[in-house]
Amino acid sequence: MTSNAERRRPAAPRTATVVLWLTLLLLHTPIVVMIVGALIEKKPTAWSWTLRWFAEVILDQALMDALVNSLKVGFAASVFSTLIGTAAVVGLYRSAGMWKWAVEGLSVVSLIFPEIVFALSLLSLFFVLKFELGLLTVVIAHVSFSISYVMMTVGARLATLDRSYEDAARDLGASEWQSYRTVVLPLLLPSILGGFILSFLLSFDDFLITYFVNGVGKDTLPVKLYTAMKLGVSPKLNALSSLMFVMTLLALIFFFRSSAFRVFFESGRRTHGENTKKENS
Amino acid sequence: MKLRDFFLLPAALWFTVFILLPLLIVVIVSFATRGTYGGIEWSWTLQNYSRAFSPTYLGIFLESFQLALVTTVVCLVLGVLISWAMATASPKLRQVYLMAIVLPFLTNLVIRIYAIRMFVGAEGPLQAGLELLGIPFDPYALTQNKVLVLYGMVTTYLPFMVLPLYGAFEKFDFSLVEAAQDLGAGLWKILFSVILPNLKTALWAGALLVFIPSLGEYVIPDLLGGAKNMLYGNLITEQFLKSRDWPFGAALSVLMMVLLLAMAALFRLREARHDK
Repeated sequence: MTSNAERRRPAAPRTATVVLWLTLLLLHTPIVVMIVGALIEKKPTAWSWTLRWFAEVILDQALMDALVNSLKVGFAASVFSTLIGTAAVVGLYRSAGMWKWAVEGLSVVSLIFPEIVFALSLLSLFFVLKFELGLLTVVIAHVSFSISYVMMTVGARLATLDRSYEDAARDLGASEWQSYRTVVLPLLLPSILGGFILSFLLSFDDFLITYFVNGVGKDTLPVKLYTAMKLGVSPKLNALSSLMFVMTLLALIFFFRSSAFRVFFESGRRTHGENTKKENS
Repeated sequence: MKLRDFFLLPAALWFTVFILLPLLIVVIVSFATRGTYGGIEWSWTLQNYSRAFSPTYLGIFLESFQLALVTTVVCLVLGVLISWAMATASPKLRQVYLMAIVLPFLTNLVIRIYAIRMFVGAEGPLQAGLELLGIPFDPYALTQNKVLVLYGMVTTYLPFMVLPLYGAFEKFDFSLVEAAQDLGAGLWKILFSVILPNLKTALWAGALLVFIPSLGEYVIPDLLGGAKNMLYGNLITEQFLKSRDWPFGAALSVLMMVLLLAMAALFRLREARHDK
């Protein structure tokens, strides 16, 4: 069925493919150059490979403190946003009326608002409430923008879930709570894990919002990198950036393998398949 | 209240306290006065807004609007071609392309900008290459300019355009292309008269997704544009973090939100009419 649909796709003009490859080249070249730059050293006579810059990064106490801050914030923020986001998705499932409307609306607002508005409005809130800025305010901010992403990831899975499982559980006498706990949640688990990894990634990579709401001396890694970069580029910063890039890459591989990401496109393809089936019959 | 409403409660509370309330505070602050030492004085005024419309700030806004617009158009042209090429590749290759497009987007923005700066910087390959070829250049102009800002913006926001467009291409009925080919139409004619009219919703969605964050972008122009290129996002940030004129910064952001909401509303209106 799918293979049939695949066969009928006339190729795009060569220009489109060339543009695709050129763009990919432009997208990836700087990153490759940066990683190479972290691995070479200029000796009086020639360039040679070295791990010196990586050693310097690891021995830098301030950078390691920032790494610990980043990990702490990332972990705390993803635990909270995964719990809140998953609960919200389960609550939205089959729910209707005011509540659904309000939560869905606010989640869309948090997704589309420019980062800078997000950042300065949270800063204003903390200022008016006389909240002291520190790692806690960073965690709060990260949870606020991650919830919607968790809802999207888990929600995409829930939308494709066969509801007859839950109906069967209810028919067999399970309470609403029991059917969630024993049937719906286990089926959602891979996508919940996906949501967790995604929010960790978002938190670990966030610069702008953290820059606004973090306390003095409580820098995360991206903030540290930004401040250092203001003074210019150096092989040590190359090494730091390369390390952060590899960390993100590892988390991403987990995310893609958790199959949460694929759900978006598979659901699209499935509807397409159904459409063609109807047309054929 | 049913059990499932209890599940909604934490999210509803969190969104209310940390998204809705802060936005409300920003609106209120935008009508307040700046205190002598940079705090907020709660006496009401419209001065922040009239100041935002003075020629200097209007100029900065127009500059940012222009950059956001150019970014959107470049992303639109690239996005259509890229997702067309992606969607017509073999299924396996499609997955690879998708990963390759999404990967930089999911890695840290600061790292990507650092990589760009390193590429054009003093010890970077670009300057070394120019030197080797004997082409004269101004190192300062090379490391901070508008072209770099545009490059940073396009590479950052391109996935926002490609993902909805690619999704639409996946659902697009390619037999229409075949039919048009049978009738003798060339591929470019098919693009404009068969494919694009069918992708309208995705095109608009992609354009909005690129335009909205572009308008308030701070990091990219800050690091790649240098001090000469003041943009709206930098202006707002400066009010909050440097000159500590929060009411003026708040007024600037309220104006930006109103504009973006109006655009989103127009988009919904267009969609609603389209559905009829």
